[in-house]
Amino acid sequence: MQFVSYGFLLFLTVVFIVYYLVPGRFQWMVLLAASYVFYLFAGPKYLIYIVATTLTTWLAARQIDLLKNRQDVYLEENKKSLGREEKKLYKAATKKKQRFMMLGALLLNLGILAVVKYTNFAISNINAVIGLAGGEPIGLVSLVLPLGISFYTFRALSYLIDVYRKTIPAEKNVFKFALFVSFFPQLIQGPISRFNQLESGLFTPHRLNWKRVSFGLQRMLWGYVKKMVIADRIVIGLTTMTGDTATYTGAYVLVEVFFYAIQLYADFSGGLDMAIGAGQIFGVTLPENFERPFFSKSIKEYWNRWHITMGAWFTDYIFYPISVCKPMLNLSKWSRTHLGPVLGRRLSVYLSSFAVWLATGVWHGASWNFVFWGLSNYLVIMVSQEFEPLYRRFHQRFNVDGNLLYKVFQVARTFLLMGFLRMYDCYDSVLTTWRMVAGVPFGGNWNVLWDGSLMQIGLTTADYVILAAGILLMFLVSMSQRSGSVREKIHAKPFAVRFVIWTTLFMAVLLAGAYGIGYDASNFIYNQF
Amino acid sequence: MDELLEFLEELHPDVDYETCDTLIDDGILDSFDIISIISEVADMFDVTISAEYIVPENFNSAQALYDLITYLEDEG
Amino acid sequence: MKRKKIFWRRFLRVTVSGIIICSMLFLLQRLLVPKYSVGTQDGAMIAEYYDDAPKHNLIIIGDSEMYENISPLVLWQNYGINCYIRGSAQQLIWQSCYLLEDTLRHETPEAVIINITSMQYAEPQKESYNRMTLEGMRWSTSKVKAIFASMTEEESFWEYVFPLLRYHSRWNDLSDDDFRLMFSEEPVSLNGYMMQVGVKPAENVPEGRPLADYTFSDTCYEYLDKITALCKEHGVELILMKSPSVYPVWYDEWDAQMKEYAQKNQIKYLNCVNNDEIGLNFRTDTFDGGLHLNVGGAEIYSNFLGKWLQSETGISDLRDDAELSKEWEQKAADYDAKKSEKYKELAMDSDDS
Repeated sequence: MQFVSYGFLLFLTVVFIVYYLVPGRFQWMVLLAASYVFYLFAGPKYLIYIVATTLTTWLAARQIDLLKNRQDVYLEENKKSLGREEKKLYKAATKKKQRFMMLGALLLNLGILAVVKYTNFAISNINAVIGLAGGEPIGLVSLVLPLGISFYTFRALSYLIDVYRKTIPAEKNVFKFALFVSFFPQLIQGPISRFNQLESGLFTPHRLNWKRVSFGLQRMLWGYVKKMVIADRIVIGLTTMTGDTATYTGAYVLVEVFFYAIQLYADFSGGLDMAIGAGQIFGVTLPENFERPFFSKSIKEYWNRWHITMGAWFTDYIFYPISVCKPMLNLSKWSRTHLGPVLGRRLSVYLSSFAVWLATGVWHGASWNFVFWGLSNYLVIMVSQEFEPLYRRFHQRFNVDGNLLYKVFQVARTFLLMGFLRMYDCYDSVLTTWRMVAGVPFGGNWNVLWDGSLMQIGLTTADYVILAAGILLMFLVSMSQRSGSVREKIHAKPFAVRFVIWTTLFMAVLLAGAYGIGYDASNFIYNQF
Repeated sequence: MDELLEFLEELHPDVDYETCDTLIDDGILDSFDIISIISEVADMFDVTISAEYIVPENFNSAQALYDLITYLEDEG
Repeated sequence: MKRKKIFWRRFLRVTVSGIIICSMLFLLQRLLVPKYSVGTQDGAMIAEYYDDAPKHNLIIIGDSEMYENISPLVLWQNYGINCYIRGSAQQLIWQSCYLLEDTLRHETPEAVIINITSMQYAEPQKESYNRMTLEGMRWSTSKVKAIFASMTEEESFWEYVFPLLRYHSRWNDLSDDDFRLMFSEEPVSLNGYMMQVGVKPAENVPEGRPLADYTFSDTCYEYLDKITALCKEHGVELILMKSPSVYPVWYDEWDAQMKEYAQKNQIKYLNCVNNDEIGLNFRTDTFDGGLHLNVGGAEIYSNFLGKWLQSETGISDLRDDAELSKEWEQKAADYDAKKSEKYKELAMDSDDS
């Protein structure tokens, strides 16, 4: 079930009514039932995957917890008879068992993810090698990609690791845990929340709170504006251009960079607005996933503000563990003595960042484009990290810190840089991407920007007017957001003003939304990840 | 503690580590800094801060970090 | 006291904003839905039926082979048959079935003619045709059932309930007519008949390609069974009919199946393809090369049909009904006026070219 569908609105209404009719202690069960119904709409065959992930991670976490309890009891009972060394040995043995449970469940679930998501990618690469050797290619397999598998797998794994790290206790009730994994607003495209973030929201009773519900609805409405009015409209022009790489070169690519930035942001953050808004309706606060990313002054900052929950996941569960593991610390020590303090201190950061960006790329999609996209991000971040002392000296020398114009320059630079990197998404191969991006200055067709050629890509004047208004609105909302919640600000206004604002947005979706027959009801871009 | 402060100041000379207790929350220390700190601490105190201890509470102030190191020294 | 005041203020706000939003939506919907009477007129007749008094003794249900080929005026003037054609473009057999169900809610005619050309289509053909047939129907369980039976994959039931959702982007091509006809459309048909006056002779008619399978699908038969049962239930004489046309081909194998079906169910089947008795000349009596009849052809064919009905079904002659006669006088005048107007337009068009 898509968020942009009549079915979803109907579904949400029914769940809402039932949720607030049943006694508080049953509310989470309503959400669990609703989430599984939601999942069933995608097809019953997917269900086995999410159930398998839920059960295995729950069981493993539970075992880890039980082992810890057993250890505590044992140590308490034999407090006097055991020596320090014996205790240590016992603890180490427990840890080993726990690690075995954790790694077992982790590898199993990553294995499932890898098989359904990357089998065909692997086969086609093997085929390429076979092809070079002149052999017969292997047939691709048709595997169903279960809805939202990358997202729910990551959620379940974060729980597993957190229990292993003793950051959180294990959940005793498998059904409660099942709700955390499957909670329907975040099922399709995140956010990748953590168990302790959602626990109180999901499992404590909620009474109907008018302000919270209307804020949730407002947030959803804003998401629909972004998704339906902006993203689904601009995508028409974008696909025309990216679909024909022979015609749309040079200056067009620059337009594509801009279009895709807008589309991806409006689509993805709009979808998250819907998810977070829907959560809010049920009294569940989901973590934010975007913080005005296009206002970032550097790529590193950008990645702290774009797809935040994914970035945090990779930092917490890949970057840190790799950088602080024993071999890495030893390597770091060795390199500091042998390669000097500057490079030595950074070697471990470089290596673990490389792993993170490789994983980020692969997570986004099973293709070389995403691998290169991830590594390009890595390259840019590392280079700017190296240049940072240089920048700092430059800033001090020319006294541009805090200078508005300079800030605008930094923001524009980051926007463009990220925009070009993102073009890996738009073309069918890495080489095409390089060719197209490298060709921007040599297209010799700058006139297409103003000679009306942009009217030939499937967008009419009316479309451009709507897009311009939509983008401007998005920008103004972001500007206003810097000083606090926009909904709170509107809430403080007189009723008539509020009424006009929300009704206008509603009508904008209704009339200017690119939906229904004639528009390809395009899926959320992030569904497929 | 002094040794630790010295190193931290080297990392970000403009921060007052005696008083600041929002090093993570305000984004003063980023993930790269944390890794530098951990590898430095490993040398200085012979203490390994494993990933499970990398939470904001332990890195928000120099004192919290020092407390963590002391705790881990005892544990080990 | 204060609490009560707050409650009433809230109540008032919600009610007033609800009313404002609903009326905005209503007006927008009226404005944005396509106006069939000035656009694609083939979608206008289904709704016009409800404006005519439900005193018909013959109801004809089917696609363009019905609403362009039969002139109700001839049936009235020469045979006293008060008929209405519930026709729509590309009408499918289940749509005919539910239109019949819908009609029987309003009146019980003596006889019903169903066009069986649509037996060859087991799948919905095109969204726009669905719209033309279904939008004109008044809301009833028949309409709901018809919608669900007709929807193509891309369609949604809610877009029939709230056509605004379907036509939301028409603001881009609104015309004066959309404002003028927001609340009432102009009638385009005469008792469901859409007059055509052009002449385009049937020439070089292609041979029918042999089909792999001539059997009509079970789905179509199910609906035909339903039609038969409905007529039996209401004591209405059912006639299955194939209109005269030279193209598209009406295969002998199809004809045989219908003959068999009619015999088995003891209903009448009238196949008018290649029927010399009618007296049609496909060089002069068709406006589109033999697919449909022009007004001249329709009048000839209607004479044949009236005679056939009178002898085969004994349908009553209502010309004694004073009220009806008066209505038909007016309709006859409108018919003639329309005819001369259309001929004038035709003459002008041919002058231009």
